[in-house]
Amino acid sequence: MKRLLVLGAVILTTAALAWAGSENKPKASGAPKPVIQKAVKGEQCVEDTDYMRRNHMVVLDVHRDKAVIEGIRTPKHSLKECINCHASEKTGSVAAAKDDFCISCHSYASVKIDCFDCHSTKPKASMAMHALNAETAHYKHKLAAQATSKVDVEEMARVAQ
Amino acid sequence: MASITFREVEGSSLKYWLLFGGLGLFVLFGALAWNHMHHYGHVVTGMDNQIVWGLPHVFAVFLIVAASGALNVASIASVFNKPMYKPLAPLSAILALALMLGGLLVLVLDLGRSDRLIVAMTNFNFKSMFTWNVFLYSGFFGLVGVYLWTMLDRNVKTYSKAAGTAAFIWRLVLTTGTGSLFGFLVARELYGTAMLAPMFIIMSFAYGLAVYLMVLAAAYAWTGRTLGDAVMMRLKSLLVVFVAAVLYFVVVHHMTNLYFTKFHAVEAFILRDGGIYTTLFWVGQILIGGVIPLVILLTALGKQRVWIMIACALIIAGGMAQMYVTIIGAQAYPLDMFPGLIEKSSFYDGVVNSYTPSLPELFLGLGGVAIALLVTTFAVKVLRLLPASLDDATVAKLEH
Amino acid sequence: MSELKSMTDNTPSSPQLESQQRRRFVSAATATAAGLAVAPGVMLYQVAHGRAEDQAASSAVRWGMLVDATKCASGCNDCVTACSTENGWTPVAESKQPKQAPQWIRKLELQDPLTQMETNLPMMCQHCAEPPCVDVCPTGASFKRADGIVLVNRHTCIGCRYCMMACPYKARSLVHEHLNDTQKADVPRGIGCVESCTLCVQKVDRGDGNTACAEACTAAGHNALLFGDMNDPESEISKRLRELPTKQVRADLNLNLGVRYHGI
Repeated sequence: MKRLLVLGAVILTTAALAWAGSENKPKASGAPKPVIQKAVKGEQCVEDTDYMRRNHMVVLDVHRDKAVIEGIRTPKHSLKECINCHASEKTGSVAAAKDDFCISCHSYASVKIDCFDCHSTKPKASMAMHALNAETAHYKHKLAAQATSKVDVEEMARVAQ
Repeated sequence: MASITFREVEGSSLKYWLLFGGLGLFVLFGALAWNHMHHYGHVVTGMDNQIVWGLPHVFAVFLIVAASGALNVASIASVFNKPMYKPLAPLSAILALALMLGGLLVLVLDLGRSDRLIVAMTNFNFKSMFTWNVFLYSGFFGLVGVYLWTMLDRNVKTYSKAAGTAAFIWRLVLTTGTGSLFGFLVARELYGTAMLAPMFIIMSFAYGLAVYLMVLAAAYAWTGRTLGDAVMMRLKSLLVVFVAAVLYFVVVHHMTNLYFTKFHAVEAFILRDGGIYTTLFWVGQILIGGVIPLVILLTALGKQRVWIMIACALIIAGGMAQMYVTIIGAQAYPLDMFPGLIEKSSFYDGVVNSYTPSLPELFLGLGGVAIALLVTTFAVKVLRLLPASLDDATVAKLEH
Repeated sequence: MSELKSMTDNTPSSPQLESQQRRRFVSAATATAAGLAVAPGVMLYQVAHGRAEDQAASSAVRWGMLVDATKCASGCNDCVTACSTENGWTPVAESKQPKQAPQWIRKLELQDPLTQMETNLPMMCQHCAEPPCVDVCPTGASFKRADGIVLVNRHTCIGCRYCMMACPYKARSLVHEHLNDTQKADVPRGIGCVESCTLCVQKVDRGDGNTACAEACTAAGHNALLFGDMNDPESEISKRLRELPTKQVRADLNLNLGVRYHGI
């Protein structure tokens, strides 16, 4: 009895594997290839594509320590700057929809990232951030209106920031 | 020990598998609780920005302290050369490992970012007690593991004393570290004292031995093996000493605090005005955890096995109450940033903070206990940890 | 496009140009000569006016705040509102779980039981020079930046909350739930990590020279908050610190705080 069961299990497993690997052409329902949207701004990335593909994690890793611990905030490898260019035109984000820049590759490669547990996925000056920015802008306008001393042009220009 | 035969527990009866399954169920609940907490964040718990460490930490610290103390019996055997304790040593070592595992799991799974354990194990700040704990706890597993090996494998038996001594010293450092976790915090009046380290050591002796006694008695009762009174009485006497010593430390701690006028308010909180904390202190920690067990163990009642078990259970309950008062009571009392002034704010300054443990926290803590017991239950089945018989005759032969 | 504005060019007018240039040359020469002995990143002549973005924060600067509790108005929450707006945390009044809500800054109302006299003041991270939170953090996530700002590096924070236990000022908060992409682009903060007042480090680093709370307090006319470089003897805050008697909260702990109070 036991032997029959074992034999049956072996046959079923082999059959299942054979069926799974039998396709000559990959089916449409295989893992979706990442949709790498073209960045909306700029001519090219700060590094070339091959380098970025292999090393963007190292780049971000090194830069984040410099930024947080030392306060060195050069824009070249800054995550914020990546988002500014690579945010999707449709969602205004790099991680909102399945085909947004970061998520599309990362879900394909099945590598979980936790950047966006903390980081905003949207560029600061974008429509998608409008609500948050508007809140800040309105508040700062209110403060400026209350100000007892003259508010200079630069100060007002910074209101949107 | 030619006269003592160690034998695995048979572990094939229905009762055994029911125990195993029951413990496994609680482990599962613990895992589900962790998953829930990790997915939704700590918003699903009763812990907040005022009571920062809650029920999981009460369980975790208790288990860790008990783990260190459970090793005592083995230490007395190897380090202090008391032959009567030698057959009791293997169970002591495995229980220490199991309790430590349970406690650590609860601690680690309660982290706000429990997915970042690797970060915790690769980034160190050597001024932090927690960083030292990473090494102390891993070292504990290693050393006690080696110690257990020297007890089980005849080829390395000669190293037993060295391994035992190393494990003994290591666990004293470890428990000092656990007490110092709180002792090093200058911010709160009930912490920031050198008393906490030795207090935790003596508490580990009491709680560890109480747990050990219960596990030993249960193991022998449920496997039909004989556990003689000689062993029970010796361990019982030891327990009396430890519980009395714990009471002494508690008295000295609070008496000293009471002498300082600046601590009068916080002491009044713990000893009189703290509601649940006052109840847990007097009824839980002192009465149930100290006075009643001492009365039981020192009178004729202490000669009966049932009453010894009751005393052990009370000591464990008292220990949990003590951890609750130590960890949560100290957080409930507001920080005194402006002594002499009444403080009020939107961030709950100046008010006693309330805390209601949530179900996920409870199940996470119970899951830790369950893992500890599950590991022990499994280990006695696959390893030769328990002597086949510990009746008085066998034990008497050891003394000569 | 770039959020990081480069520093406004402080080109001096001609009469000062020569002496400036001379000073720069001497400074540069000294800097080169003493370079090995001096901590990296210390620029002898370009401190306290904001930094170039590729320049590290340096200990030549010490950011601090002076709180004048005598000017702090009862019932006014402008500093709290400004902080929550700038840094993107939900004010407690609007939070669904107030006990678990973060509070980077809060207003404290103090009353003397003998005289019923009231004092109001904002309480936030005191940016200690000897921070207990930094001592206890197991991963080093809680750290003090070279210029004195005590921060949480959320890349390494594991959410153990030991820093919250250690802080004598209850300055730290844990983020108890998912923030669902409502964070400000300049202020990353996230679930399971601990946070506290950053002295608006994002504003400081881009050269605003002031924190949101201090700006709001000044705009409201109270002028109770003054932010600046305590290492610069010519800064506004240093001058005021020399004029006014100030105290540190829980001064007996001897933590050498970056926030000083007048009127407590």
